[in-house]
Amino acid sequence: MLRIQQYQKVKSLAEAYELLQKNKNNQIIAGMLWLKMEDRTIPVGIDLSDLDLDKIIEDEKSFVIGANVTLRQLEVHQKLNLWTHDVMKDAIKDIVGVQFRNLATIGGSVFSRFGFSDILCALMCLKCEIVLYHGGKMDIVDFVNSDFQRDIITHIIIYKDHDKRCFICHRNSATDISALNLSVWQRGDEYLITVGARPQKAKQYSITGNNNEEIANKLKAQVECSGNMRASKEYREALSYGLCLKALNKIGEQ
Amino acid sequence: MKQINKPTVKKDAYALLSGQPVFTEDLALKDCLVIKILRSPHAYAKILNIDTTIAMRIPGVEAIFTYKDVPSSRFTLAGQTYPEPSPYDRKILDQIVRYVGDEVALVVACNEETALKAMKLIKVEYEVYEPLLDFRKAIDNKIIVHNEDDYKLLCEIGNERLRNICSHDVTIYNDVDEIMRTCDIVLTRTYHTKANAQAMMETMRSFAYIDTYGRLSCVSSTQVPFHIRRILSNALEIPKSKIRVIKPRIGGGFGAKQTGCCEIFAAFVTWKLKKPSKIIYSREETFTASNSRHEMQMQVTIGASKDGIIQAIDLYTLSNTGAYGEHGSTTVGLSGHKSLPLYNHIKAARFSCDVVYTNTMTAGAYRGYGATQGQFAVESIVNELADELGIDPCELRFKNMVKENETMPMYYNEFLNSCALDRCLAKAMEMIDYKNKPLRVDLGDKVRGLGVAISMQGSGIANVDIAAVEIKLQDDGFYTLAIGATDMGTGCDTVLAQMAAECLECDVDQIVTQGVDTDFSPYDTGSYASATTYVTGMSVVKACNLLKHQIIDEASVLLNVEPEHISFDGKMIIAIEDDKAISLQEFANRCFAGGKGKVLIASASHVSPTSPPPFMAGIAEVDVDKLTGKISVNDYVAVVDCGTVINTNLARIQTEGGIAQGIGMALFEDISYTPKGMMRNNSFMQYKIPTRLDVGSIRVAFESSYEDNGPFGAKSIGEVVINTPSPAIASAVAHATGTYIRTLPITPQKVLLQKDED
Amino acid sequence: MKINIRVNGKMISDDVACDMLLLDFLRYHGFYSVKRGCETSNCGLCTVWLDNKPILSCSMLCAKCDGHEITTLEGLKKDAEAFAYFMANEGAEQCGFCSPGLIMNVLAMEKELQHPTEEMIKNYLAGNLCRCTGYMGQLRAITKYLNRHQGGKNEADQ
Repeated sequence: MLRIQQYQKVKSLAEAYELLQKNKNNQIIAGMLWLKMEDRTIPVGIDLSDLDLDKIIEDEKSFVIGANVTLRQLEVHQKLNLWTHDVMKDAIKDIVGVQFRNLATIGGSVFSRFGFSDILCALMCLKCEIVLYHGGKMDIVDFVNSDFQRDIITHIIIYKDHDKRCFICHRNSATDISALNLSVWQRGDEYLITVGARPQKAKQYSITGNNNEEIANKLKAQVECSGNMRASKEYREALSYGLCLKALNKIGEQ
Repeated sequence: MKQINKPTVKKDAYALLSGQPVFTEDLALKDCLVIKILRSPHAYAKILNIDTTIAMRIPGVEAIFTYKDVPSSRFTLAGQTYPEPSPYDRKILDQIVRYVGDEVALVVACNEETALKAMKLIKVEYEVYEPLLDFRKAIDNKIIVHNEDDYKLLCEIGNERLRNICSHDVTIYNDVDEIMRTCDIVLTRTYHTKANAQAMMETMRSFAYIDTYGRLSCVSSTQVPFHIRRILSNALEIPKSKIRVIKPRIGGGFGAKQTGCCEIFAAFVTWKLKKPSKIIYSREETFTASNSRHEMQMQVTIGASKDGIIQAIDLYTLSNTGAYGEHGSTTVGLSGHKSLPLYNHIKAARFSCDVVYTNTMTAGAYRGYGATQGQFAVESIVNELADELGIDPCELRFKNMVKENETMPMYYNEFLNSCALDRCLAKAMEMIDYKNKPLRVDLGDKVRGLGVAISMQGSGIANVDIAAVEIKLQDDGFYTLAIGATDMGTGCDTVLAQMAAECLECDVDQIVTQGVDTDFSPYDTGSYASATTYVTGMSVVKACNLLKHQIIDEASVLLNVEPEHISFDGKMIIAIEDDKAISLQEFANRCFAGGKGKVLIASASHVSPTSPPPFMAGIAEVDVDKLTGKISVNDYVAVVDCGTVINTNLARIQTEGGIAQGIGMALFEDISYTPKGMMRNNSFMQYKIPTRLDVGSIRVAFESSYEDNGPFGAKSIGEVVINTPSPAIASAVAHATGTYIRTLPITPQKVLLQKDED
Repeated sequence: MKINIRVNGKMISDDVACDMLLLDFLRYHGFYSVKRGCETSNCGLCTVWLDNKPILSCSMLCAKCDGHEITTLEGLKKDAEAFAYFMANEGAEQCGFCSPGLIMNVLAMEKELQHPTEEMIKNYLAGNLCRCTGYMGQLRAITKYLNRHQGGKNEADQ
């Protein structure tokens, strides 16, 4: 059972940061969807609701997304999805249900770096930076590979470009956790292919090839998967090929 | 008929749809004690020591009970008629724990938080044994799940507990081996169905209090209040006369609540402390520590002539009852007795079975009750036979299926009064345009396949299920109908009222159906075995007819005319020859006015000597993705023969709901354990039931036969509807991909890699 | 901690534990339509509106709702009744345990989506589990409800 001894709606990021450093068990409370299943005691739960971090701000070069923006906000944001070939929408729409997605925040989703995360896999096919209060900007790929920081994600920046990209996943049933997810970012001749829910955290592979089949086969040869309740190692490898081919075909239509 | 075969709105619909507090937890006393259970982390262990001293010091902790505090009698939690065919193999708390989740201690506190806090402070020392987890290795294993001496059996069920055999049986019809030798084709296959969670939305829950008269009252979300009364009496070692069980609205049961669960804990705590207490199971507890469908492995051999006439079927079922034997001996029976009669023209059949104990969660009742498992095996091998012979699977069934007016040797020699199975299958074919569709179509990215299955169930348990009802004429001329059958959302309160209204020629609104209270409701075995409409329905008809006679007799006294002169049309009581008439309203009020008046109450009970099977045909159209193996049920058509349909809406919803559950069973529901015996699927995150995106389109129609033994020609519907999806979808996938998956669920992984698990 | 939450238009001031979940708070204050069906945010039974958006009350701290507006089924009497009519006429409530959460989400969907297709409806409501009905009856009721003003007659008013 999750216990929270004190609850603090902070007035500034500085206050939140200070509380976070004070005790290693203090915790930012985001959507709380995963946190609430934990059996632990949090001395101070830190709420960032009052810090105006729940907006998506578009400028010429980018979308600056506050950490408290919900997954649902991203899912239905037309301009963002137009610019990103529906990558965010495709990565979000199958997550549990609308009520869940109205609570889950992008900051919480990114910070927890779950292996099965569809969000991380999708962000990795975008030019995307994570803004940490203390650590500053960090490329999404570096962030995914970094250790947990006692820091606060304040924003996520998605840069606009004209590259082609696609997110795809396989779920054994409609709203289940992905058995494998995959995103493709076509950057010139290079395909940056991210595979997540392996079930380990998302990993990016850079692949070139003459045709979709070849690329998918190359990915399958390289991808490192293992087995769990949702899929065996062998099936995940087969899926990496299958999903990659589907994604490449979809990109071909963009 | 005015009230039968109508889409009558459920009596409780608007209360439920406006969120009224009508469920168990809503009704519990706000400040009652809360019970939480410390559960075993080991699959098999002996408790050497429990130290509760520190836990007891937490303020707000009222009591902590361990195996040392409970009565010594063993009992069963199975909600079955006495003498139960389930072994008396459990105690409220036992020194031996037999699966991960088995109860170790009851922590009673002022609130949940305190109870959980205290629970962490209980120190238990276990002697951990090696568990027996694989049911296929149970018989004669060196690990014995029940080696206690006070184990008790009430019925002969072929039990050999020291060999881990809970029950064993063989039924033979002619010489199977001899007939097999004469067959042109003989196939042998092994099928495996998994444990499934009933997963009703309302988890297990009960509360208890001592009433005005010092008796124990237990309010519980149960399908079997009268059986719970006996279970509590057995468990607590107190007379039944001291116990009252009340059933409010139930948030779904599907058989899960045909087995007692947390009632014994609330009742024990309240009886011991003489204070109200409640216990609400979490979803995790409901998954890991209540009951599930029996996992079964079935070996089937089928023999046929080359023109597709099935000659003989030999079925062996091995069933896993888990740590305790609830419903073990009875579910397994249905795997044969409700699958083989579908092919009633066979010259010989053999059905043998073993039910074994293991250190996994207890199995229990789940819609279909063994028939679902057996029909997956038998319908699958019939589909495989059709494909081997190159005969269309529907055509093969028309050649072999059971027909009306046959005696069924494998169905306890019952005579089949009513059967429209042939019409069901023909209609299903028509609905899906079967004639114009090949069994396999390549769609490019996907392959489409068609698969079929037929099914039967029973209507109540012949000569065992008994239902009584009591109907009273009230002032102003409305009626109260007291029943002991439990509406668990299925709508029996309404369906039975429709029958009463039909008999008494009034509106359904004029019949008030009362919820179940063992002190006030007439005895009924409960809502299970697809019994309510058929068995309780007949008692409603009987009681209403008696009441009608009473009305006429009493009217003859009040009007002072001969009873033969009186006619009653539901509203008016008329004696034409005597030129006298009285409205029912006025009559009822005069009955209550004293003087010559008489209060009119009629009661009746019913036992059926037969259990007429409802039938169903289902055809699945599935798409299989070539790159991922993903299976989508594109279209599912089903046609049911449940005799006369009493409530057209509710029968449809029952069917659609059963099919959706069947789709879940077929495609992804799978209770599995870690090597140490921990259940992996302990939440809706890890045990996926179908969402509305998973069920595709389900289309339902009815082809009614008329069952003379049922009320207005009705048979049952509740269970038959879950049986066809698994074999139909398995066959559709096989047609699409060429791979037969014989171990459920049929996952994309098995399909894409063409690898069955077994 | 002290909180002020407006529930169904009425202010409730209370002193609650920091970790009290909105679901427990609502049931404590008598809003019994709100049900708990799981501990993993998967079932949708506890759906209520937070500032008019559907959320899972099992996953929301009431501390976080301080100063906000909550709506439960008890507060949507008229709209809920209109939809209930169609549900009842399909027999689609069955056990009724998931009905309040479903109704909250259907009414939220009605406000959010214009003329949703069947696919959109299924997607929007995917987080509302039901084990009784197989969802088809619910879909029939929802479709009829959403189309109630079309064809010139309102079935609910008859």
